[in-house]
Amino acid sequence: MRTRFCTATLLAAAAFGVAWGVMPVAGQTAAYRAPRTADGKPNVNGIWQALNEANWDIEGHSAAPGRVVALGAADAVVPGLGIVEGGPLPYLPAALAKKKANFEKRLTLDPEIKCYLPGVPRAMYIPQPFQIVQSTKTIMMAFQYAGAVRTIYMDDHKEAPADSWMGWSNGHWEGETLVIDSTGFNDLSWFDRAGNFHSDALHVVERITPADPDHLTWEATIEDKAVYSRPWKMSMTLYRRKEKGARLLEFRCVEFVEDLIYGHLRKVQK
Amino acid sequence: MKHRALAALSGSGGVLVVAIAVSALAAHVAGQAPSSPKPLPAAPAKAAAAAPATKKWTLPRTPDGQPDIQGYWTNSTYVPLERPDKVTKATYTPEEFAAVVKEAAAREAEQTEPGTVADVHYDFTQFGLDKSQSAFVKNDLRTSLIVDPPNGKMPPVTPEGQKRAADRAAERRRMGATTDAVQNMPIGTRCLIMAGSGPPMMNAGYNNNYEIVQGPGYVMILVEMIHDVRIIPIDNRAAALPENMRQWMGDSRGHWEGDTLVIETTNLNGKNPFRGSSENMRVTERIARVDADTLSYKFTITDPATWTTPWTAEAPMTKSVGPIFEHACHEGNYGVTNTLAGARLEDKKAAEGAAKKTSN
Repeated sequence: MRTRFCTATLLAAAAFGVAWGVMPVAGQTAAYRAPRTADGKPNVNGIWQALNEANWDIEGHSAAPGRVVALGAADAVVPGLGIVEGGPLPYLPAALAKKKANFEKRLTLDPEIKCYLPGVPRAMYIPQPFQIVQSTKTIMMAFQYAGAVRTIYMDDHKEAPADSWMGWSNGHWEGETLVIDSTGFNDLSWFDRAGNFHSDALHVVERITPADPDHLTWEATIEDKAVYSRPWKMSMTLYRRKEKGARLLEFRCVEFVEDLIYGHLRKVQK
Repeated sequence: MKHRALAALSGSGGVLVVAIAVSALAAHVAGQAPSSPKPLPAAPAKAAAAAPATKKWTLPRTPDGQPDIQGYWTNSTYVPLERPDKVTKATYTPEEFAAVVKEAAAREAEQTEPGTVADVHYDFTQFGLDKSQSAFVKNDLRTSLIVDPPNGKMPPVTPEGQKRAADRAAERRRMGATTDAVQNMPIGTRCLIMAGSGPPMMNAGYNNNYEIVQGPGYVMILVEMIHDVRIIPIDNRAAALPENMRQWMGDSRGHWEGDTLVIETTNLNGKNPFRGSSENMRVTERIARVDADTLSYKFTITDPATWTTPWTAEAPMTKSVGPIFEHACHEGNYGVTNTLAGARLEDKKAAEGAAKKTSN
């Protein structure tokens, strides 16, 4: 009975696989083949969002009190398994000291609190949706948080003309995978609210692969010789926002932080 | 590109790159970029967004069949929105237009006076790349962007619109000086949004560049200023926002009428009014590629709470050079801090002076 059931399941799975173009790949049981755009590339268009706690701390962490007493449980650190493969992060000694100092002063130093651009990779898992608009020569990623944007140049690979928050991204396809090589970062963004950070030597290589119609597997290799003793990896799933009429809305947060940043310079204090 | 990046950096925030600015300046001087406006194309220039190019041109299409309007574009122009009072005709001769450009370019160059403190702070001709030194729409000889009403001017303002303008002016006076608090400053200075980012998309002093990318079901327009992104769903792909949800750039939805992209925008929050508009303004934009180097861009403003009739302007875009560099405005906004800190120091000195006077 059991054998017969398994056989039937396997046959059904095989038929399903053939029908949907799932091809077996050496070393894996099966790989998903994404629907194609009109120019024949895997179609990664859509509105996506990470569903994890990496923005609190990319490494595994337990729940903890928040940063602002008045906000109570609403600001408490949400526990998460982390998205770093292996660990702990291979900080150089001086960099580890800086990470600890960042953590101590996170309420005033975290760029997110001032509505600054999130940088990469943080933009990818900050808990708000982003949209991919995929064309042949260019793939755009527009983020709801702070209206951040990444331009991925697919055919015109150049070096960054200057450093920037969101870096300079050159992309190419490797089969089902969108590979994005990013450099040209400034040293001002953080990886998370825990003070994990990078220098302007940051080099990020992301691999984005459709896992099924509504999920992307996102992997990144982080290299930064000024901060880390070796390259290290992160990985997570990006989920398609499937609500009817899902869309990005404006999170133009500059207005919300003006009193925080400039309030002490008012002529008449509130 | 380098110049554009510099414009972005020196415009409002230059965390990024003093070193680059210096090296680029050196290059600029060494290369001796022209200080006078670029020569205009030989007459007769073709009318804006109208006549097709002389050689055969075919509208390119995206792989999924949309008219291809992708690329880098600029709406930088010397044509004013409204026809100047002293001008009575709709179009200049090429010679008259050349004179208008020459005069305007000279004004831009004179925005700061060599040897003054202001000149040390900012020089459009060195760092900002004023219009005459970058790509701008050179073949548009019209005397106004407004095409309807035919007199090239906005229609009369309704009593409600006049009252709103007066109320806004009174509110600004009540708030006090722009140096009293950041909230009193113009929204562009605060890096919230630039006035011309739209909709409608209007040229301003510099950085009038846009990148258009088309994906299945969406057209994306990246506005260089403050990296504002407009994502326009095509054919009702996204639901309209309910009446109570308002945004700085509103709620834009698009569809193709033949080869013209029509974008309808409502649900503006009214905090970036366009020429005195109300939050219930509806903007209808029409974008079509008319040749390899030109996009026709027309917009109609419908706002019965402000104007007695709808009105329409045409502001064509011409090919620009990419890529567009990150305009991280807020992140490098030292201007606000320094302005306010300077004003508070002045306050303190004035108070000390007054106290001294009293004690004497």
